[in-house]
Amino acid sequence: MDKNTVYSINGPVVTVRGARQFEMQEMVFVGNSRLIGEVINISDERTTIQVYEGTTGMRPGEPVTGTGGPLCATLGPGILSNIFDGIERPLKEIAKTSGAFIPEGSDMPALDVEKKWPVTLKVKEGDRLKGGDVFAACPETSIIEHRSMVPPGLDGTVVSVRPDGDYTVLEPLVVLRDARGADHELALAHKWPIRQTRPVAERLPIERPLITGQRIIDTLFPIAKGGTAAIPGGFGTGKTMTQHQLAKWSDADIIVYIGCGERGNEMTQVLKEFGELTDPKSGKPLTDRTVLIANTSNMPVAAREASIYTGITLAEYYRDMGYHVAVMADSTSRWAEALREISGRLEEMPAEEGFPAYLPSRISQFYERAGYMENLNGTEGSVTIIGAVSPQGADFSEPVTQNTKRFVRCFWALDKALAYARHYPAINWTSSYSEYLDDLAPWYAKNISRDFLPCRQRISTVLLEEAKLNEIVKLIGEDVLPDDQKLIMEVARLIRVGLLQQNAYHRDDTYVPLPKQLMMMQVILHFYDKASAVIAKGIPISEITDSGLIDSLVKIKYEIPNAHLELFDNYYKEIDDKLAGLNQL
Amino acid sequence: MLQFVGLSEINGPLVALDRVPKVAFEEMVSLKLDSGETRFGRVVEIDGDRAVIQVFEGTRGLSLENTRTTLLGHPMEMPLSLEVLGRTFNGSGRPIDGLGEIFCERAADINGKPMNPVERVYPRNYINTGISTIDGLATLIRGQKLPIFSGSGMSHNKLAVQMVRQARLSGTDEQNFVIVFAAMGAKNDVADYFRRSFEESGVMERVVMFLNLSNDPIIERILTPRCALTVAEYLAFEHGMHVLVVMTDVTAYCEALREFSSSKGEIPGRKGFPGYLYSDLASLYERAGIIEGSPGSVTQVPILTMPNDDITHPVPDLTGYITEGQIVLDRQLDQTGVYPPVSVLPSLSRLMKDGIGEGFTRADHSDCSNQLFASYARVQDARALASVIGEEELSEVDQKYMYFGRMFEEHFVCQGARENREIGETLDLGWLLLSLLPREELDRVDRETLDKFYRPEQAVQKFGAPKE
Repeated sequence: MDKNTVYSINGPVVTVRGARQFEMQEMVFVGNSRLIGEVINISDERTTIQVYEGTTGMRPGEPVTGTGGPLCATLGPGILSNIFDGIERPLKEIAKTSGAFIPEGSDMPALDVEKKWPVTLKVKEGDRLKGGDVFAACPETSIIEHRSMVPPGLDGTVVSVRPDGDYTVLEPLVVLRDARGADHELALAHKWPIRQTRPVAERLPIERPLITGQRIIDTLFPIAKGGTAAIPGGFGTGKTMTQHQLAKWSDADIIVYIGCGERGNEMTQVLKEFGELTDPKSGKPLTDRTVLIANTSNMPVAAREASIYTGITLAEYYRDMGYHVAVMADSTSRWAEALREISGRLEEMPAEEGFPAYLPSRISQFYERAGYMENLNGTEGSVTIIGAVSPQGADFSEPVTQNTKRFVRCFWALDKALAYARHYPAINWTSSYSEYLDDLAPWYAKNISRDFLPCRQRISTVLLEEAKLNEIVKLIGEDVLPDDQKLIMEVARLIRVGLLQQNAYHRDDTYVPLPKQLMMMQVILHFYDKASAVIAKGIPISEITDSGLIDSLVKIKYEIPNAHLELFDNYYKEIDDKLAGLNQL
Repeated sequence: MLQFVGLSEINGPLVALDRVPKVAFEEMVSLKLDSGETRFGRVVEIDGDRAVIQVFEGTRGLSLENTRTTLLGHPMEMPLSLEVLGRTFNGSGRPIDGLGEIFCERAADINGKPMNPVERVYPRNYINTGISTIDGLATLIRGQKLPIFSGSGMSHNKLAVQMVRQARLSGTDEQNFVIVFAAMGAKNDVADYFRRSFEESGVMERVVMFLNLSNDPIIERILTPRCALTVAEYLAFEHGMHVLVVMTDVTAYCEALREFSSSKGEIPGRKGFPGYLYSDLASLYERAGIIEGSPGSVTQVPILTMPNDDITHPVPDLTGYITEGQIVLDRQLDQTGVYPPVSVLPSLSRLMKDGIGEGFTRADHSDCSNQLFASYARVQDARALASVIGEEELSEVDQKYMYFGRMFEEHFVCQGARENREIGETLDLGWLLLSLLPREELDRVDRETLDKFYRPEQAVQKFGAPKE
């Protein structure tokens, strides 16, 4: 007999008095409209519940019912190209039944329960299966095959199998008998608690890059498959644009895009753009490999807190099938603020700037779910996490940025000054870093060229020297520098404008393959070497700047299509000819 | 209906009532004083049979014995009908223009509901404001939320009035344009200034005004934008109108929220503002937009004054993270007499890139604005250098930048309060100013575009040249 009722209400936090049977983090239904909530605190007197929806109109005395289990995500075919809210409710379905505004208490199944999938069974009677093993597969989208797995933790012998055919996500396909003789029915979909990491066989070393086609990332600060990165930046510096570019072009098999407490129009933009764009590898629409979690800033704050976990659980599920998954979380600061807001309602003792003391441990738990793994079923897969951080007042010393910095290995700091000058991506090359360089060096040497990392090192040295020279220039002006230093300034400008700056709206420039990135570096360095030799002969730098060479090199990114790399030869010739002409003067 | 005699606690704008059975969260209540006065309030917290109520009109004159409280059984609602056009309301949505109550078609919860991102239409059509810095560099798009970041004493109100007066939609929608004005803690003079200028430009019958002046109760201030936006959503999505919502001053709103939060005894976040300030502001700003299946739109221009001109203060900071760009005003420009004193570099419109160019404004729009931003950013470097070594010592190119910067501010940024520039005029002016610079400095633009628009002789003719 279940007679628990609401006792107190304060925003999204509701308490029940005198209940003893609730578990920590159990999912519950609250009130007459059955709002979804989660138990977050239990004491002798009161059980505290965080409700994922607005509580306006709720009265004390309304019923609270437990579900006996934690908050779960439903995992099965139909996730891809869908858009969910923070607790995996399908927004398209909600829109169909209730129009443009989201009502409270809509109780929609996450996946379409009526759609029939053409399923191929992969097991036969008598097979022994353990958790993670694939027992059925069906084409989920044009590019992704969905592999349904035995839920981790379960193993046994197959006692019956349905034939290949069309089935819905809930129809039992396989019956598994465990060691104690109990039968378990397996359907295409199963549930998994969102706050619990899905188990793997082993964590593998990181050695392959996530190729993004963005030059400053791939060449200067690369990220690995299974790695973690943070993009901090004040408003207007292009966090979301960078995330969009990565979601569009990175060579992951599957993208999970979490819009966590961000703008509604941005999610609409992602929906629209991704539907129109095609994946460079497969030529199919980008939506076929993307799932969106949209919990915009005006949607309930508790669901915002959950959205990060929902997203990462979906990512782990596809990793278990053997795919490489990239998770974009925009923005983790909004998630941290949701933590702070709920913590405040619980009257917990605040630590830094009102954030709860458990902020660092929550951030690390999230980022540690990334990795390159050997799955339970023996396949390999990875989850890469790229989290945007929105520091208050663009001040990187605030708690969320600082704590994130401790747990990620790639840091792409966005710079207001660059954004003001409309230099995009506005990633600052002096304060950003990537710890993956050493891990990835063998891959670059083997797959691209032995020359890649040495070139990268030289480019980065020139930028560093420019930063030093800029200190002097700020005080006394550029005119007084000797010619060889002026050349460094010119080459650095060429690198900044010609290489690092990248136009997301240009047909070719929006995605640049690694070989072209290498050749761009090489041609710039070739120019630098030749010009240095010219300067060493005493020829003034104005001769070089007047030759128009730099301007034509700056425009390489637009002039050479990604498919015609042989055109680079013309530039080598132009550099040699023009600079040789100067020699004879 | 049940009536409760007396109160059990009074604290700032909050009162508590014990032994209330079955009260609903955020339910409206009316409090009748013995003097005959009626006030309204809302339930903000329930703990067992104890309810905490915020009183909109303030608690002055309330005692533990002299009130009778009635639960009204519904959340805070705003009466809606087309009659609201041309009317003036107070912060909690009651008419104060002496024309009587409005006959309402229906009433709606002022908190609204979050828009489903699936049902949003991505905003693309621009609104021509006739102001070069906005149209050219931070274009306002229908369905956008674009705040003005200002400071005390600067001409943000003048700018907002000019935007409202000159705002034009393209094509057949021109007639369908209404303005919702919400004053939150605004000074009497400011509210008056807006009203006068609406009357002068003859649009008063297309304006709905919500006035919560700086000496009105702060709880009403928290309701003001919600009432205004409920009306805006009604006009836009049920009657297909294009609604421009001007809200001033968001800083006063946030301070009211802080006052209310601290009287509830909540744990403060940054600068004493409540931890949920971001979510709260988002629940206002996110109500801008366009939805599938309705021709109307809600566009927001919130105005906020940055305390001490500090853009990192929580209010402008959080606002910037939610809104789709910002227009920042600059005190130095204001002091040199430049109107509108728009600080070009930090100003930005995020939706601009998809709402300009061929078919919307002009094909060269994005090239022109990108190059202006890049070149004007260089001007700042040159100025910094000049302040150290003196302008004469600058290189020739830097001198040209200095001159370009000055001309840009005098001719492009600066314009008359009644000057309405066409978008083509704005872009041509931009190209002509860029032509003051050496051609190789214009590295954001490709060759063909430069061939078409780079006119150094004409530039010198119009603006003169820096003296050698």
